[in-house]
Amino acid sequence: MTTTDMPRPLDADAKQAVSKKGPRNAVGGGLRRAVPATTLLWILAGLYGLPVLWFILSSLKPASDLFSYPLTLVPDDVTLSGYLTAWRSANFSQYFINTTIVCVITTILTVGVSCCTGYALAKYDNKWLKVFFVCILATTMLPGEVMLAPEFLVVRDLGLYNSFAGIILPAVLTATGCFMFRQFFLTVPDELVEAARIDGARELSIFLRIMVPVSRPIMLTLAILSFQWRWNDYIWPLLMLNDPKKFTVQIGIQSIVGAQNINWSVLLGASVISMIPLIVVFLVFQRYVMNADINAGLKD
Amino acid sequence: MTKRASDVSASPPRRRSSYTLAPLVLIAANVVLFALFFVWPAVIGLVYSFTNYTGVGVFQFTGLDNYENLLGDSTFYDALTRTLLYTVLFVPLNFALSLLAANLVVSKHAKGSSVARVIFFIPWLLSPIVVGVLWRWLFGENFGLVNYVIEKLGGGAVSWQSNADLSLLVVVMAASWMWTGFTMLLFIAAIKNVPVSYYEAASLDGAGPWRQFISITLPSIAPTSFIVILLNTINAMKEYPVFVALNNGGPGTSNNLLVQYIYETGFKRGQIGYASAASFVLMLILMAVAIIQLIVNRRVENR
Repeated sequence: MTTTDMPRPLDADAKQAVSKKGPRNAVGGGLRRAVPATTLLWILAGLYGLPVLWFILSSLKPASDLFSYPLTLVPDDVTLSGYLTAWRSANFSQYFINTTIVCVITTILTVGVSCCTGYALAKYDNKWLKVFFVCILATTMLPGEVMLAPEFLVVRDLGLYNSFAGIILPAVLTATGCFMFRQFFLTVPDELVEAARIDGARELSIFLRIMVPVSRPIMLTLAILSFQWRWNDYIWPLLMLNDPKKFTVQIGIQSIVGAQNINWSVLLGASVISMIPLIVVFLVFQRYVMNADINAGLKD
Repeated sequence: MTKRASDVSASPPRRRSSYTLAPLVLIAANVVLFALFFVWPAVIGLVYSFTNYTGVGVFQFTGLDNYENLLGDSTFYDALTRTLLYTVLFVPLNFALSLLAANLVVSKHAKGSSVARVIFFIPWLLSPIVVGVLWRWLFGENFGLVNYVIEKLGGGAVSWQSNADLSLLVVVMAASWMWTGFTMLLFIAAIKNVPVSYYEAASLDGAGPWRQFISITLPSIAPTSFIVILLNTINAMKEYPVFVALNNGGPGTSNNLLVQYIYETGFKRGQIGYASAASFVLMLILMAVAIIQLIVNRRVENR
């Protein structure tokens, strides 16, 4: 599957550049077709946006108004009390800091390691590299969730139980990251490497001085993906962490959901707070995700 | 390495060592991680699946007992069939919604598509736990917006939580909603790669938008469609957090999927050996899915 897409990037980019210039379906367009397309688009967008809108507006209601009929879309009096209670209660601010630490470290490591691997896979021709590439692709087929118990034992035997390293290290290797960098470096002309070699540059300095800087857009794309995966990860931190002081945000939210009587006001507040960092990161770096020609080899 | 030296003969001679060493240094970290967190767990998982290991202390090899017990374990069957049912519902729904969204966003005729694209994408940024919470809030039996609207329109309250099938349906909708943005991106990339001239030619021949979609877009994006189906199948087979937050695998244990079953037997009941056997069954299913899709993909491409 994934292999089918590999030779594409170069000519695919060319086609894309062409298609951007020439307007699609320029023949026979006009208002007659704009109206149904726009209407359908916005009905669908409305359906997708409504749940989030309702959720956020509900979180601004005071606890006493949450269940009062008739339900109102816009809160009568806006309050941040749900957020404040959530932030103060149950170490939530601590969870927030923990998750940030885990996300930032994992993301930096993932981007670095994937960049190295992707470059090696794209620019060197070696039997063992090909074998390793197949190995990496295999990890897509067999996600960590499938081997929960044995993977837990491995991390425990490494002495990483109940530490951030136990969440970070198993998450660093991602097929998606390696694949994205490999695809990108395949499109970088080999002449660039050859020229540097003729100038007497050493292999690793070619990589560090020339290749790393040009791959910046891919780095940002992968960084956003990795940040999202780690921020939203639930089952692995749940297994690895025992000490409530080390819990992540997702575990914190799930512990509110798991309570006998759900405190919806706190739950809504906590959930909305947990959404904020990713949405901010996304809105700032939007174009790196939206314009990324993400083809294949993706997993979470 | 000798092969390598011959096919770059056009460039000046260089030390052979730098060619073995440089790529090795570059992939070293990932090789170590791969060995530690992929090969090692896979091997001990396979070994433990033939034992009665509980996570601590000594264990005995019990041969194929775990696998035989699994075949007779009705809870395991329930989890397996529920997972398959969930996958069969989720994959096509997500496929259709994402493809629709991608086509609308790419369409030149639709106005405001850049804003709509962001709206479609936002659910993907939410964590599965938050998505579960959000849909639980939306589909609460006594307090949810959906039942409120249904009652306003004159219907009776629908038992979204206490009916096992409806409960599964809510998760299917929630997960499709969450994954649409990402799948849509894959489709957008594929649709943009279809040469415009195809559409121009078709429209000169009088083909309408629907005809163009069926005859040009769908066949052109087939490779992406296969990847989407494969990835979504894997995602669906390992789904757990959305369920845990939305209905905790309930009502009762009716919506416990495989990963939840593995988690509960392995970590709550300490039957590591038995859970490992269940893991391997899941792994075999995933491999079978991947191989079937590869074969189908090949066959379609060679046509």
